[in-house]
Amino acid sequence: MKVVYTDVLVIGGGLAGLRMAIAARRRGYDAIILSLVPAKRSHSKAAQGGMQASLGNVIKGQGDNEDVHFEDTVRGSDWGADQDVVRMFVNTAPKAVRELAAWGVPWSRVQRGDRDVVINGQRVTITERDEAHGTVAQRDFGGTKKWRTCYVSDGTGHAMLTTVADRAIAEQIAVHERTEALALIHDGSRCYGAIVRNLITGELVAYVAKATGIATGGAGRLYRVTTNAVICEGIGHALALETGAAALGNMEAVQFHPTGIFPAGILVTEGCRGDGGLLKDVDGHRFMPDYEPEKKELASRDVVSRRMEQHIAAGKGVQSRFGEHLWLDITLLGEHHIKRNLREVYEICQYFLGVDPVKDLIPVRPAQHYTMGGVRTRHTGESPTLKGLFAAGEAACWDMHGFNRLGGNSVAETVVAGMIVGEYVADFCDDGANDANVPMGLVHEFMQREQAKLDRMLDGRGTEDASQLSVAMKELMTAKVGIFRRGGDLEQAVEELQKLLVRSRNIGLHYRSRGANPELVTAYRTQKMLKLALCVAYGALVRTESRGAHFREDFPRRNDAEWLSRTLASWKDENDTLPKLVHQPLDVKRMELPPGWRGYGAKDYVDHPDTPGRLKEVEEIKASLAGADRFAVQSAVMPYEHLLPARYHGRNERIDERFDSGGGPGGGARTSRAAQTGAEVVMTKVKEA
Amino acid sequence: MATEQRRKLRFHILRYNPQEAGSTPRMQTYELEEAVGMTLFIALSEIREKQDPSLQFDFVCRAGICGSCGMMINGRPGLACRTLTMNLDADITLAPLPVFALIGDLSVNTGKWMRAMSERLETWVHMKQQEVDIARIEERMEPELAEGIYLLDRCVECGCCVAGCGTARMRQDFVGAVGINKIARFRLDPRDGRNDADFYELVGDDDGVFGCMSLLACHDVCPKNLPLQTQIAFVRRKMVREGLS
Repeated sequence: MKVVYTDVLVIGGGLAGLRMAIAARRRGYDAIILSLVPAKRSHSKAAQGGMQASLGNVIKGQGDNEDVHFEDTVRGSDWGADQDVVRMFVNTAPKAVRELAAWGVPWSRVQRGDRDVVINGQRVTITERDEAHGTVAQRDFGGTKKWRTCYVSDGTGHAMLTTVADRAIAEQIAVHERTEALALIHDGSRCYGAIVRNLITGELVAYVAKATGIATGGAGRLYRVTTNAVICEGIGHALALETGAAALGNMEAVQFHPTGIFPAGILVTEGCRGDGGLLKDVDGHRFMPDYEPEKKELASRDVVSRRMEQHIAAGKGVQSRFGEHLWLDITLLGEHHIKRNLREVYEICQYFLGVDPVKDLIPVRPAQHYTMGGVRTRHTGESPTLKGLFAAGEAACWDMHGFNRLGGNSVAETVVAGMIVGEYVADFCDDGANDANVPMGLVHEFMQREQAKLDRMLDGRGTEDASQLSVAMKELMTAKVGIFRRGGDLEQAVEELQKLLVRSRNIGLHYRSRGANPELVTAYRTQKMLKLALCVAYGALVRTESRGAHFREDFPRRNDAEWLSRTLASWKDENDTLPKLVHQPLDVKRMELPPGWRGYGAKDYVDHPDTPGRLKEVEEIKASLAGADRFAVQSAVMPYEHLLPARYHGRNERIDERFDSGGGPGGGARTSRAAQTGAEVVMTKVKEA
Repeated sequence: MATEQRRKLRFHILRYNPQEAGSTPRMQTYELEEAVGMTLFIALSEIREKQDPSLQFDFVCRAGICGSCGMMINGRPGLACRTLTMNLDADITLAPLPVFALIGDLSVNTGKWMRAMSERLETWVHMKQQEVDIARIEERMEPELAEGIYLLDRCVECGCCVAGCGTARMRQDFVGAVGINKIARFRLDPRDGRNDADFYELVGDDDGVFGCMSLLACHDVCPKNLPLQTQIAFVRRKMVREGLS
């Protein structure tokens, strides 16, 4: 048995995994990253539009800060998020952008003076401040009050991933490419690493580690139509689920992005709408203002996607041989803007559609995009039920997105979670009590078990075809567990998925090579993915309300009285065909922002009994602190700073919130005179559209 | 509605699995009915799903942004995922990229090559001071400069430039256009403390910029249309000056 020992084993080589490994390395620990593909090919690469961080450099971001970002994120989550974690996140996001700026990310920068932008279909001139010149720029994104999304043209994830992956090389972190974890090694309460398959040779190796981190991204490939890369199959989720000890949170919360190109499902960024692009129907009519007068095209993604499907159902879709779609119109942004700030979009339209977005409309329809659910962890990133197992990024549910994630918050989460969880991983390794006293018998047992599973498929007499099962699952999920959900459909989906799961235990292979074998990979992944699909479908069936991206036609209202809770799914017995679900209530009495209307979407919801009391309490605290600065007020309502690693305590400097000279992190931020003079420079002139 | 005549495509694929004893390189032909909007990603996935589960190839993003699927398409390096079959003849020949270690069939180990190149050329910003105060306002940069750096940073390390390179066939350690472009990118970046003397140590020889024979297929085949011709010439001029000084 071949065994590799390391302090920290990170599964997943995208932004979250890389940043987590860098954090551990910088604290003196050896880290090995396992990756299905070369790290720079990870799906983090595909983030186009940008990363939210409340720097407030651009004039339309003036007045932005952690408080505004916090409220946008909680509203976006439809109050499903853990507000402590959201606070940790919004305070660290500006630091993450600035760290990446120092590491080499070529963030797009503010140009002083006048510039033309498109807002609400109108061409408008805005004037950037002199003092902002050369700082990191922000663009508009859905569900935000301020322009907050920092970007690198429309290749933000690409630029971030390149820089962070190169940083990991600089810090001599080993990335074991083309390796895949098949199972976590654990004894039911402590995780000791993973059994890993080399995808080139087929060899199994045990990786034994003090701390194991899952950062494997999302599970979009449970669906047929998804923007996700082909490697986003949720295998990290499944590794945790199959321990029976760790749980998955909120798997029914699945985001559909409004603008997947039709029919391929390839993403075109929300930046298209953020920069002024419009959604139009078969008549060329801009329909979003009819449904969402407040935020129009820039309501949160769950809302825009539902409105689009609703509009298609009302007969306003464009017919094509592949079905119906709508149009995304960015022609009004002009050639210069498209070729400079939406370069990837331009290329995608050109290569995949043969369409020139400078002149032509882009066919779009919502496509699966993001997995809000993930490995349930504490704010430290550690599983509360399986010691030594950590998770970060899309694979995790710590839980900052609740039931809907805002655009620009996921790529931000990858690096922020990597920074924070990486520190806690190092803390965990610091603690002598956590030294891995590895029972080698256990490692051996897991190795044999995984080998036996592969042998059964390679040598056995199984009759089921892995590809067919996989295709059937994806069709079911797309047809019955999509944007609009109904009890009857979900029941059918759960029943059918259970049948597929049972059949998947009898997979036989046509190609029986023990080395590189794509069919074998499909086979064992399909077995894992069916369990995840059941967590999604069953979770959606049981949750008889609508919240964020989870929308039940038969229960259209958000119901805080009964469902202000997080779904925890666990898979106790390998022979089960359904996960065990537990619903963990969220504590309204601790919330900084008690539940209310999101500012877009449906206005009717059922209040939680504690909400009025907490609202009153928050009001009273705020009233009693009238005149105090925002930090004092925030801290009185919901103190959170003690939850952050010490390294990330402290405020963030802004043009309008300068530190005293010489003041460092944690130093008193105060509003400078520049804020007032800056405000006077703002001039907005509206011209003809 | 008039039924369109669907073409019958014939894919001639170079098969070889060096991991498998007894495997020898051979061409294998698969037939497939063309579909509207069919890319090589869709075609190859369908062949693997319905005809041959052993066929190896690499796709990740399938949207032309991750650089995984570089292969020889009718003799020319390109990204398979964004190549539409409608732009090709009915007979399509696919082979793995040369130069890189073959994993099997159309799959090559670009990751290993690129990591070695990155380690050798130290393709990261060599920060002037190790610790920056990330609570403070970031250092400013001219917007045009940031954009200029991004234009060179758009490289997806797909390996097409290396596969199309004459020198790379002859000199095993040649850094390729991808490597020279990286040097150009970090040279442009004021955050990087290295100077031309440092860069000369990295690419001032025949395995670096002086190995380039200016055949410049790299420039023609780059899927991201990076200005490789200009950058190679520019870096060479700077390195000549540095070498003579």
